[in-house]
Amino acid sequence: MDVMVKIIYRNKHWELPGGMTVRDAILKCGLNPEQVLAVRNGKLINEATILKDGEEIKLVAVISGGTSLQGIR
Amino acid sequence: MKCRKCGSEAVINMRQHKLALCEQHFLEWVPEQTQRFIEKYKMFTPDERILVAVSGGKDSLSLWDVLLRLGYKADGMYIGLGIDGGVDYSDQSHEMCTKFLENIKTTAEDQSPTSNTYSPTLHVVDIAKVYGETIPEVAGRTLRGRGKPCSVCGLVKRHVMNRVARDGGYDVLATGHNLDDEVAVLFGNALTWNAGYLVRQSPVLPADKPGLARKVKPFCRFYERETAAYALVRGIEYIYDECPFAEGSTSIAHKEILNQMEKDSPGTKLQFYLNFLRAREQGLFAEQATRVELNACDKCGQPTSAPGLCAFCRLWEKRHREAAPTLEIKETNVIATD
Repeated sequence: MDVMVKIIYRNKHWELPGGMTVRDAILKCGLNPEQVLAVRNGKLINEATILKDGEEIKLVAVISGGTSLQGIR
Repeated sequence: MKCRKCGSEAVINMRQHKLALCEQHFLEWVPEQTQRFIEKYKMFTPDERILVAVSGGKDSLSLWDVLLRLGYKADGMYIGLGIDGGVDYSDQSHEMCTKFLENIKTTAEDQSPTSNTYSPTLHVVDIAKVYGETIPEVAGRTLRGRGKPCSVCGLVKRHVMNRVARDGGYDVLATGHNLDDEVAVLFGNALTWNAGYLVRQSPVLPADKPGLARKVKPFCRFYERETAAYALVRGIEYIYDECPFAEGSTSIAHKEILNQMEKDSPGTKLQFYLNFLRAREQGLFAEQATRVELNACDKCGQPTSAPGLCAFCRLWEKRHREAAPTLEIKETNVIATD
């Protein structure tokens, strides 16, 4: 079985071939790079980082909300 | 991708600023920018006492951290809403705030990273203990809470935050609203051309009525991914789970639409917000806004648009016939109010 990059986001995971950037991997998973951060071995990594086979990347959601429309006041 | 300042590996690329930074320089950049926004929008001065509304999330805990590092006299206030959602949401949020305070104090004892000698306090107001019902309970028996408790929750939080700030003698109430929160609200209010809300949306809401605390949003120009990145890099433990009632909310839907545009055109959100502030300053919405005369609530004294009881006191009217419960504010590290 091929060794791939494992991408974990909430209760989902994807296996992708190495050699692509974090940003491309996020897009490949159908997610918006504006809405997640990538963490490798507990460290934040930038979107241009090239992923290598065998690595495990955790994606952290950045969106929070639920305030009512006028809720700032 | 390299850090623009030192050339070492960047941890974040902020495409709207064309700026990539390493861990160390990002941790310096966030407080520097926060200080810039505090001064630009004249939020508060180093002599003033600040109450930070903390939820256990990334934004509010990062804000508290940054303000303390900048040397401000900043205390925290946590409101226990009694939301379970199958994940002990409120209990976990409270725990994050308590842990944060403990960590700050431990760090301060070992070595002060901030040269801030101020010893911060966390005020805790447990809604069920003070008013007899959790937010989902009160929402369940009122028209305002039909289906979802978010409107009731917002009303209660605004009232309690104001009251704790006023009773505790704080000069200013700071919230962790980030740019994504601001543009989501702006987008929603622009869709309905709600001039009354548009004219009031600002990094600073002055205490222009008796009983209202000045409210400020020092993180209003940071993207949400920057505040999340700050918490991660700084090692601040925060609650990752979103409020169980936020699922499917309009504000999250608006954030997703705006992020879709941001992905294709970096800087869209920032320009939307900054151009709005400029237009607002130039009086674009002023003539459209309805001037509302405010009265003091008969029961709690906070401002209300209609004479008699305010919306908050009407919420509890059927349950409590007596005077509004007293919120006890003490200058200790952790306060449980009951």
